[in-house]
Amino acid sequence: MSAVRTRPNIIGGLLGWVWLAIIIVPIYYVVVTSIREQSSFFSENALLPPAEPTLGAYITVLQNDFALYFMNSVIVTASTVAVVLIVCVMAAYYVVRSRTKFAKNSFALILLGIAIPLQATIIPIYYMITQLRLYDSLLALILPSIAFAIPITVLILVNFMRDIPSELFESMHMDGAGDWRMLRSLVVPLAKPAIITVAIYDGLNVWNGFLFPLVLTQSADKRVLPLSLWAYQGEFQINIPAVLAAVTLSALPIVVLYALGRRQLVSGLTAGFGK
Amino acid sequence: MVIPALAFFAAFALIPLIGVLALSFMSWDGLGTPTWAGIDNWLRTLTSPETGNAAWLSFVVMVGSWLIQAPISLLLGVFTAGQQRYRAVLAVLYFLPLVFSAAAVAIAFKSLLDPNFGLGSALGIDALAQNWLGDPQLALGVVLFVIAWSFIPFHTLLYQAGVKQIPASLYEAAMIDGASVWTRFWSITIPQLRYTIVTSSTLMLVGSLTYFDLIYVLTAGGPGNATRILPLDMYLVGFRSFDMGRASVIAVILVVVGLTLSLVLNRMSGANRMESQMEGA
Repeated sequence: MSAVRTRPNIIGGLLGWVWLAIIIVPIYYVVVTSIREQSSFFSENALLPPAEPTLGAYITVLQNDFALYFMNSVIVTASTVAVVLIVCVMAAYYVVRSRTKFAKNSFALILLGIAIPLQATIIPIYYMITQLRLYDSLLALILPSIAFAIPITVLILVNFMRDIPSELFESMHMDGAGDWRMLRSLVVPLAKPAIITVAIYDGLNVWNGFLFPLVLTQSADKRVLPLSLWAYQGEFQINIPAVLAAVTLSALPIVVLYALGRRQLVSGLTAGFGK
Repeated sequence: MVIPALAFFAAFALIPLIGVLALSFMSWDGLGTPTWAGIDNWLRTLTSPETGNAAWLSFVVMVGSWLIQAPISLLLGVFTAGQQRYRAVLAVLYFLPLVFSAAAVAIAFKSLLDPNFGLGSALGIDALAQNWLGDPQLALGVVLFVIAWSFIPFHTLLYQAGVKQIPASLYEAAMIDGASVWTRFWSITIPQLRYTIVTSSTLMLVGSLTYFDLIYVLTAGGPGNATRILPLDMYLVGFRSFDMGRASVIAVILVVVGLTLSLVLNRMSGANRMESQMEGA
């Protein structure tokens, strides 16, 4: 890997720094505004740090049920990811190990979900959820979220599990291990990086999801974070610092997650989407 | 063992998929019982100037966002795959937009683009202090920009990983042959990235059929109908005008276009990507 590209990549470099500015300015603006006094929002320069920084906006947000919306998001995201991981690890194991036509067809069917914009099914999902009397419940968000996460999760896991040497399976099989033991003591430990990756990826999607909550819930106590940001915008009106404080708070858990699992997330994303 | 996954997928993805086709031939206000309507919804939708306009805007957004995102992601991916330490640091920062939900991004840009209190007035540059979201001429461009802002980071990651898998020996051989930077870029980097290009482009093009939350919060389709692309049209017809039948027709169109695009792009890549991955393993 030495001595490749000795000359500086000028176009890339220029684009790199310009793009950094494009990325950073809006984020900086959000953070800096969130610590601004509401009264000075309209008088101070939007890009300069506030003369008198305050956490008042954050207090306003926390006093307006932010913790409730946060917990709703945690419940929906955690339950969805847990179920998705369990059913998808099993499914991927089956697809990789079984030579039956059924395994092949199931995989093909599930992959169809990647080629189709599933959001287009929102109207029948709304119909089903109301028929099941689940409308305006957290379960109404969890069930379709699980289904939508399955295709990409299975794809990433299958791609990863295919790299497990078949000799390992054979030797365990010789020792008389059944499917469940192989899953528990071979597949899950070996596929751990991929499992963590899909957990983060699916978690992000559910955490940030907007359409399901918008269509399938209505009362404030069932509100999840992305929807709450939208609602805050209506509630707080001109209190922009408070709205942007909510935006910052909603991103904070993901920032922490990213700091902890960056390598895994990045490597896994690319493993799933091909070489 | 594949049954639980299949069951969830069938119940909340496949059955709704069939359901949406069925509902496109029914009349339903979202509350009562759907009743048979024949091809009425289809006739009304295909002759609706609003939906026609939405289809055109969707096409513009699809092509426009690809033209903006693909080259920038590719170049940034190549750039961040380089050896220098600062590039790795930049790559970490490039990820940041991905920590925000689409709703958060839309809300942030809404206040950042405010003509009186946003970026333009802060910098004192009149050209930046326009009524970005209130002017039908500008709003679509803003939407394309904000889409690029939120999605380029992800595609940059894909390209970065793709570039890292190109064998260094290819570049070394080319340099011995005296190939210039441009020659190396065009005859090694680009061909070696073809799978990444197809994958990323598929995700961008099919993904553009699902842009909903970002635009909904940013402009709600406005001003007027200036940014009302098909997914928004579907939502507004269904859940605002309570014409679920007609909204289902729009949904079916989205599914068909998405599926066709995926298949065509997969064929264009020369081989079935899944198989080629198995062979490479």
